[in-house]
This record gives sequence, C-alpha cells and structure tokens, in this order.
Amino acid sequence: MKRRQFLKAALATSTLALVSALPEKGQAVQPGRSGYGEPETALKAGRWAMVIDTNKMNDPRLQQQVIHACHSKHNVPDIQGTQEVKWIWTDSYEHTFPDVLDNYPAKTLTDRSFLLLCNHCENPPCVRVCPTQATFQREDGIVVMDYHRCIGCRFCMAGCPYGARSFNFSDPQPYVKEPNLQFPMRMRGVVEKCTFCSERLAKGELPYCVEASEGGILFGDLNDPGSSVRKALEASITIRRKPSLGTQPGVYYIL
Amino acid sequence: MYNARYIIPGIILFVVIFTVPFWINICTPEYSRPELVLPAEKDCIEPVEYMRAEHMRILNEWRDAALRDGKRVYIATDGRQWDINLQNTCMSCHTDKVAFCDTCHDTNSVTPYCWDCHIEPQTAPAAGGAKQ
Repeated sequence: MKRRQFLKAALATSTLALVSALPEKGQAVQPGRSGYGEPETALKAGRWAMVIDTNKMNDPRLQQQVIHACHSKHNVPDIQGTQEVKWIWTDSYEHTFPDVLDNYPAKTLTDRSFLLLCNHCENPPCVRVCPTQATFQREDGIVVMDYHRCIGCRFCMAGCPYGARSFNFSDPQPYVKEPNLQFPMRMRGVVEKCTFCSERLAKGELPYCVEASEGGILFGDLNDPGSSVRKALEASITIRRKPSLGTQPGVYYIL
Repeated sequence: MYNARYIIPGIILFVVIFTVPFWINICTPEYSRPELVLPAEKDCIEPVEYMRAEHMRILNEWRDAALRDGKRVYIATDGRQWDINLQNTCMSCHTDKVAFCDTCHDTNSVTPYCWDCHIEPQTAPAAGGAKQ
C-alpha cells in the first residue's frame, strides 16, 4: 500500500468511527413544543411592599389571628424555646425600633406591640451572604428561598438584622399538628422565613396575613403611585425598622 | 517458563475474580419491571415513555421555573396547561406514593428527597391528619 492510499484509508475509517460514536439522539422520547408560562391570574408589581397600621394591629386577638393564619397555612412548626420557628411574630417597641432614640417617646407608642416579619429588603444582606444562592431576590422585590438548595449554613441568619429567619434544628413535621396538605413543609437543617405569600400572589390572591388582618395590613406595589400602600404612605407618618443600615425594608409601620 | 505452576493458576484466579460481577449477574434472575398500581386517570401530562424516563428531569426543571422564574404553568407538548406543583398536580392522580413512586424507586435503589418536605396524599384516613 502506498503512503497516499494509507492516509486516505486511515482518514476514512477514523471519520466513520467518529460518526458512529456520536451520542445517539432521542434515546428518551423528546416532547417537541413543551414550555413554561406565567399564570394569567398572577398579581404583578414592580416592588411589593406592606404597610402595617400599628394602631389597629396592636390588638392581641388580631395579632394572633394573623399569626395563626400564616403559620397554619404554611406548615410552620410550633416549637417553644430557643429553637422556635417563626414567619410572623410580635415584639416590643424598643426591640422593634432600637435606633429611634427619642428620650421621651409617647407612652401610647412604647406600650404597643408590633407585628414583625421578613422585611423583603431592597438590599437584602441575607442574599449577599448566601453561599448557594438558595436565598434570592425576585424581580418584584420579594426575597424568597429555594429550600432545595439550602445547606443550613445559617449565614443568612447572621446577616439578617431583623431576626426574620428561623433554623430547623430538628425535623419540623412532628410539630405541625394539622398540616396544610396543599403546601410543603421544610426538613431538618434548612432555614425558613416569610415568602410574602409569593405562591398566593401567583394565584391572584393577597397574603394570608393581609386577609386575616381585617384591614390593618395593606399590601401593594410601591412603584405604583395609585396603589393602596403608596396612598397610605402619603396619608400617614410611617417608619421602617433600622433604616440606618441601608437595607431599604419593604415593610412600613404607621404610627 | 519459570514458576508456571504458580503463575498459571494465579492468572486463572485473577480472571475469575475480575469477572465475578458477570457470573453473579448470569446466576441471578433477570431484572423485571415492578408491577405498579397505576392511577385511574391514564392521561399523564406527557406520553408514558417520556414520563418514565424523564420525570426526574421535569421535576427539577419545574422547581427552578416555578421558584426562580415565577413561571408556574407548564405547557405540555400537546398544548395543555398544568399548574407546576408536585403536591397538588402530580399527586392528585398519583395518590398512592407507596404503591406508585416507592415501588420503582426501591427496586432501583434510589431515594429521592421529595417527600422530606412535600406531603404525600393521605390515602388512609389518618387520625388527626398528621403524618409522622
């Protein structure tokens, strides 16, 4: 065999071998035109925000009603003590607004208890510190978690200045007495928090706490000047928690 | 050949040990697909062959689409639309996790962690409704 013939033959056989070794396509049946879409009923906003009227929401009955609505529907375990898990809870004036340094604050204010939840900050420290991007910020400003990705490092709990995050030290399922079968639980070793009811917004419904608040909590688009929250911010004096940290919370309190 | 009475048995022994998985495989009964309790509704979101091979990939894509991109509707190949929801869409037909999901997963020694968080449908009327 001549050199030229040999090279030709070698090229031909190697090409043939390469082609036959290519991964076989369509081993699994591929659906052709599947895709994803947004539900038509979804509520949309540029930046979701909440306004809590602390005059109305000072009522312990109403507070418990709101907390129960959220916790029971989201399968939040009822654990007492240091391993408590909470999405929405109450605290005193000096714990809620520690950087309001009035020397003689009004007693009507200092005696109130305030509803607290995740502030869904515009500059969320929890998102910055999360090493797996399990916590992330949606385009509409809601800070949510992908529990599948959470590795339980708890950096976000250290990062959050509002104590809005809870860690599941043990399997939460035994602590959920009557689970809502429409909503998942969490597992041992993940952090959880309020989601601004993003799963309900997708269905066109307002958050559970807003529904249960009997008008004491407003929810709407901060970017829309005609929204209920913007009108409330226009009409009353509001403050946010720890504004000096620059996190730009999305939860406002009417005093 | 030097030391042939050691080397040749050694080689034979090596070949036998090296091919042991094949011998074991020949001796054990052939893999048979487990008998599943199929749901009454035969019409799944995609063809059966595709679901059988790719349901895990679909679920992973669903998770990212719904959580990350806010796209909570799956448009199937035939154009039908489905809510992206393991607990409320998939398991509204596949109501029996033990008879459907677990049968295949156990046979194939895979342990997906879906139900660490997602609640399986309560097939038997559980007292108090709590699954523990």
